[in-house]
Amino acid sequence: MADSVDTIAVTETPPRPWRLPRAVTLTLRFCGRKPLGAIGAVIILVLLVMAVFADRVAPYGYDESITGARMQPPSWRFWMGTDNLARDIWSRVVYGARISITVGFATVALATLIATAIGISSAYLGGGYDIVVQRVVDAWMSFPGLVIVLSLMAALGPGLLNLILALSILGAAGASRVIRGATLSTMQDPYVEAARAIGAGHLRIILRYLLPNVMATIIILATIGLGTVILAESGLSFLGFGIPPPYPSWGGMLSGSGRSFMYYAPWMALFPGTAISLAVFGFNMLGDALRDVLDPRLRGAGGGALRG
Amino acid sequence: MRAYVLRRLLVALPSLLIASLIVFTLPRLIPGDVVQLMLEEKAYGKDLDDLRAKLGLNRPIHVQYVDWLGSVVRGNLGESLWTRQPVLTELERRLPVTGTLGVMALVVAVLLGIPVGVLAAVRQDGVLDFFVRSAAILGLSIPAFVTAILTILLPAMWWGWAPARFVEFSKDPAGYVLQFILPAVILGIASAAGIMRLTRGMLLEVLRQDYVRTAWAKGLRERVVVLKHSLKNAVIPVVTVLGLQVVSIVGGAVIIEWIFGLPGMGQFLVDAIVQRDYPVIQGINLLIVLIIVLTNLSVDLLYAALDPRIRYQ
Repeated sequence: MADSVDTIAVTETPPRPWRLPRAVTLTLRFCGRKPLGAIGAVIILVLLVMAVFADRVAPYGYDESITGARMQPPSWRFWMGTDNLARDIWSRVVYGARISITVGFATVALATLIATAIGISSAYLGGGYDIVVQRVVDAWMSFPGLVIVLSLMAALGPGLLNLILALSILGAAGASRVIRGATLSTMQDPYVEAARAIGAGHLRIILRYLLPNVMATIIILATIGLGTVILAESGLSFLGFGIPPPYPSWGGMLSGSGRSFMYYAPWMALFPGTAISLAVFGFNMLGDALRDVLDPRLRGAGGGALRG
Repeated sequence: MRAYVLRRLLVALPSLLIASLIVFTLPRLIPGDVVQLMLEEKAYGKDLDDLRAKLGLNRPIHVQYVDWLGSVVRGNLGESLWTRQPVLTELERRLPVTGTLGVMALVVAVLLGIPVGVLAAVRQDGVLDFFVRSAAILGLSIPAFVTAILTILLPAMWWGWAPARFVEFSKDPAGYVLQFILPAVILGIASAAGIMRLTRGMLLEVLRQDYVRTAWAKGLRERVVVLKHSLKNAVIPVVTVLGLQVVSIVGGAVIIEWIFGLPGMGQFLVDAIVQRDYPVIQGINLLIVLIIVLTNLSVDLLYAALDPRIRYQ
């Protein structure tokens, strides 16, 4: 008896053909359908590696003056050239990625948290709370982003943490409006009513029913927001309100005392400028592609209020 | 239509009031005291108090707000704490510069964005479409200040060209307008890319509608089908984005003015923030808010003009 069971078991489970893991097939399909999005993802990956392993990737320190190598044009040794203080520009661009990525991710994390709290509560509670909150969001959004952040940065003083705080307060307003819209439409769905009917509490409805369903919207907003934040950070550092020198931020590398030297050493402007553009390009493309794949309703909603 | 305009104006009022509160309090949060900055280390306690009283900064902040709002309504924005010049006079001098730059940039954005978007939609997936879409992606990714620096830098290196000094309108009207062309194009191109993408997308959707097929079937010419029947229906979201572009152009003007050395409001604002000149910061921000509220109003009126259904809601 036991023998026959064994033989049946062996014959009925033929060896499974080897397949690629599901995550890999999904990624491959995404690359095939959205090649530009895939390029964006690769750029972001490279930036992440540069940011995390800056100490290994950069041949010199970000603030290290190399004797006798002032304003050298690009060459085998300094392949992006050196600046007016004889620092290797490639090394500074690599460390600059660390600034951009840190500011970008921290800001978007904070902004998304604030925006989700405001957006969902505003939609769920409705009534007077909704009206008051939305009027404040209106007023906040009617300022140009750069002007608000400039005033906030002047209020808070320069520095990494203040920069993140100022940028996330700004980004949260616009995002909260979109999340509120998505929550309002999710609340119309019958399963939310069903949840209420079986006696689910407010917190349970918000966390288990509404939040998972607006998650796609939140992820897309965050990805597109990353590009906008990196752009805003470089603009602020360019005006001298961002990360104080000597720490290299891409925007800061384009401004300050270096500007008068750029007529003789244009590579000082060219490479940081390219780095900013590539980073923004990467996040925009990935965000666009994710939006098309995850939530076509949002098409045309992107674009940055912080451009400039 | 008049009822619609009136209702729309009433809705704008509370937003304007909240904005004025933000405008007033935001610069006051700046740590460090303007009075201490003005007197540097020569200050003693009594001098500080005297100057504060003279500038009216020793009163409670809500009293100052009501006082400020009262004079703003009467058209008085106060005077700079440093130069003692009326803020309004200075703004009157600087607004035309920023205004010229902004309007020209917007014209570039619209004249480039909408026609190119229409062409790209009509010839979908053609060579032009592919080229234009790639250019738009580039235009959206390269920040205006990077383009601005490179356009100043490269010609200067190759041909020894340098941006000329600022020309006053009264001295040389043609030269005044000419000097804005380069900055306006740079500022406008970023907006044009967004407008172009949206125009293309919306027009593509409209071109698939049944009534457009009917228009084709009637034997109308392509120009009439595309421009008369389709574009008007595709353009409403574009108008919304145009309003948003005004906001970003005003913001972007701050950096562009700074790079090209144009004496507009942007430079004024950056200087005022560094010096903690509250009345100047408040005046500029208030003016910007006013411009934007007016823009939103005209966007809504444009909707109503484009789509009769909106008027009667």
